[in-house]
Amino acid sequence: MTASTSTQSSVPRWQRYKPDQQWEAYLFLLPSFAGFLIFVAIPVVASLALSFFEWSLLSPPEFVGIKNYKQLLSSDLVFRKVLFNTFYFIVTIVPLQLAFGLLLAVSLNQGLRGLEFYRLIYFMPVVTTIVAAALVFQWFFNYDFGILSAAVWELGAKTGLPSPPAGLAERSRLGQTGSRDPDPVEKYRLYYGHLPGRAAGCADRTVRCRQGGRRQRLATLPLCDLSHGQPHNLLPDGHPDDRRLPALQRSLRHDTGRPGASYAYHRLLYLPAAFEFSRMGKGAAVAWVLFIFIFVFTFVQTRLQRRWVHYEAGGDS
Amino acid sequence: MTSTAPAPLRRDTARAPALSTGHLLLHAALILGSVAMLLPFGWMLATSLKSPPQIFTYPPSLVPNPVVWKNYLDTVQAMPFGRFYLNSLFVAVSVTTLQILTSSLAAFAFGRLRFRGREALFLVYLATLMIPFHVTMIPNFILVRFLRWFDTFYALIVPTAFSVFAVFLLRQYFRGIPVDLDEAARMDGASSFRIWAQVIMPLSGPVLAALTIFVFLGSWNDFLWPLVVSNSHATRTIPVGLATFRGQYNTDWHLLMAGSVIALLPVLLVYVVAQKRFVEGITLSGMGGR
Repeated sequence: MTASTSTQSSVPRWQRYKPDQQWEAYLFLLPSFAGFLIFVAIPVVASLALSFFEWSLLSPPEFVGIKNYKQLLSSDLVFRKVLFNTFYFIVTIVPLQLAFGLLLAVSLNQGLRGLEFYRLIYFMPVVTTIVAAALVFQWFFNYDFGILSAAVWELGAKTGLPSPPAGLAERSRLGQTGSRDPDPVEKYRLYYGHLPGRAAGCADRTVRCRQGGRRQRLATLPLCDLSHGQPHNLLPDGHPDDRRLPALQRSLRHDTGRPGASYAYHRLLYLPAAFEFSRMGKGAAVAWVLFIFIFVFTFVQTRLQRRWVHYEAGGDS
Repeated sequence: MTSTAPAPLRRDTARAPALSTGHLLLHAALILGSVAMLLPFGWMLATSLKSPPQIFTYPPSLVPNPVVWKNYLDTVQAMPFGRFYLNSLFVAVSVTTLQILTSSLAAFAFGRLRFRGREALFLVYLATLMIPFHVTMIPNFILVRFLRWFDTFYALIVPTAFSVFAVFLLRQYFRGIPVDLDEAARMDGASSFRIWAQVIMPLSGPVLAALTIFVFLGSWNDFLWPLVVSNSHATRTIPVGLATFRGQYNTDWHLLMAGSVIALLPVLLVYVVAQKRFVEGITLSGMGGR
């Protein structure tokens, strides 16, 4: 990006203007720089420092060294799960997303008619509020009454997989809301008893999440992995994009932070730590570990990319 | 899906290409994809117009019968969505204005003026692009509390009024504008500020338009930060309001879907009308998935 900067000669750049212009430049920079310093630069350093402290905001902060990190990496089971989930999403969703994106881009680039129309539709999700999207998808994938579950069940009926038990149809006829659910484990057996490996594991996770006291139902079957993986939040490069999902999930699905919160993925964890239990230090530590995690991932990936992709002519961007 | 292999790039002769089999297949696949894209919206709309017993029938239907408009009335009465709209609008407009102002000034300095430490400082700016928001969020939250800005518009607006990314984008664009223009203006006695205001900014229409849409959309849809710093209806924006609504009416799907429609409809309408601008904005800033 900064390739062809210097069109100039031997004089050092900054000397070629009068000193008063320098001050002018600083003045121009001031508003942005002040904000940058106060809301970005200092917080980065502060957050790193904070991760070595224990601080509840009420009592004075106490220096604890690497205790927060040690705890996270050695004894915190939820954190381990969360790390794994993050990893899992990176290796599954990102490639899929790239593949589909590329396929779509190529398809739309064939000089088709009606391009405008397709673009209108395929871009629509970009402008939607993620909260609304999440809500709609929760309902879309709703365990008992979601339209997708219905499709899955229909499919199941045709292919010999278990269909919804009689009780369900009964309940729906009465139009009751889901307050009188059968025991989740019971339900699990009913629905997934015969299903092999992965699907059962998936269902099992659903059930365990429910036992965590959730009222919200997630998708059935393989779909349960999709319901929370808003793919565009999973860019592995950790750019500022990810400011949306975590708290969203916290407020929409109250399954974070508890043991067995198997859906929770990385950014989800530091929030309850920081804002529900007022453990600022731990929250900061989580943020840093995950940042480093993502950073390493990106780094490795860029390295690999250098090996796979050959750029003609020096390849500057 | 489809075999995208054939069909050479025909963009240039795009007038009226004969419908080849390849194109037909492609159309079929794209239409199928479009249906999949629209289905959630349709499901949302349908549910928002159903009565509770209709919602819980099996198998589910995409057509509400009878259509229950009252859901919308109930929704608006249950939650002050009008207030949320105003809040969102106020925050988004302020953030967009401020961010473009501060960023364009800084970008002007980085791209058009020479000063000691320019490259180094710019590098520092760039370096922070890598850092995800959640790393800085906790200190920012503490700062906001310290300033007693919690649950005020200051907290929603001020920390987001600066953007490294916008500085970067604008600087790149500014550098593409011929330097001769600056120098001519300077010859005529224009100050740097005047050059910024009357030469550079007017020549940056496209990038500013794109950035405006991008920033506005980002701010309008932002969820995490507003969630963390707002604590009453007076400051809640649409996404936060909707999430609150979700918290309180958690199985009333007809109302929740009506709320979602209310939250999405205006943005979708504006998007449909100004589609081209939106797509330009999002692609020009090159960070579509944000």
